[in-house]
Amino acid sequence: MVKLLAKSPVEGLVPLEINGLTLTESGPGPITSVAPYAGQEAAASGALKALIGAEMPSPNRSTGREGARVVWTGAGQAMVIGADVDPSLAQHAALTDQSDAWITFKLQGQGVEDVLARLTPLDLNPGVFKTGHAARSQLGHMNAVFLKVAADAFESMIFRSMARTAVHEFEIAMKAVAARAALS
Amino acid sequence: MRIKCPLCGDRDSREFTPMGHETYMNRPDDEGWSPAWDNYLHLRDNPAGITREMWYHGAGCTSWLRVERDTVTHDILRVELAVDVKRGNA
Repeated sequence: MVKLLAKSPVEGLVPLEINGLTLTESGPGPITSVAPYAGQEAAASGALKALIGAEMPSPNRSTGREGARVVWTGAGQAMVIGADVDPSLAQHAALTDQSDAWITFKLQGQGVEDVLARLTPLDLNPGVFKTGHAARSQLGHMNAVFLKVAADAFESMIFRSMARTAVHEFEIAMKAVAARAALS
Repeated sequence: MRIKCPLCGDRDSREFTPMGHETYMNRPDDEGWSPAWDNYLHLRDNPAGITREMWYHGAGCTSWLRVERDTVTHDILRVELAVDVKRGNA
């Protein structure tokens, strides 16, 4: 039987370190989309809380913590990241395994917002977008999910097929911010 | 131009796609051909002023929105989730 080797879509491209900022791939573990059926929102949230200890988040928010996080990803949908979801939740919500559909990047360092400001139209000002906040928007021309995981760190989920383009976009923005900093 | 999505908040227009007049929310009931279908598919006003349109927040929450805006000033006057309008919750 052929033995298949798991390979990262950004093998050899990350980690990147430019001017004190680091871009790494985070391996968040399983990703499951949870979309509660109409009228089942509260039941799904309660069942999820009992299963993994975190309820369904409200728009632009996340619940739980690393290893069992629930991130809002759209109208009537959230993704459970890092923990397996028991199939019993399927009585309240549509579940789909999305683990292999996404690549998750972590960008960390002083001035991380300056880099992301070149890539996304989101307002990531620390007074507006706080740790635990999540949003769906664009990174370049790619749809993405943004999650603030620490005061100086964001995770960005991109469709896995666009992983190399995303690294390219990140690298250009990181170099541009570094070049601007070197001028002043 | 920025649109304040009821779910996502104030967002840049590049996240949205316009579909057209809110007529698209009211599909005729009859299955055959009728003047109502002609109106639904083809007949549109081109107002200089306030109009209501369907916009899709594709790079955000993926909701359909009903946006009331002024075509002269580009002001966005009101934004509602189409699903709320349809169910009478708006």
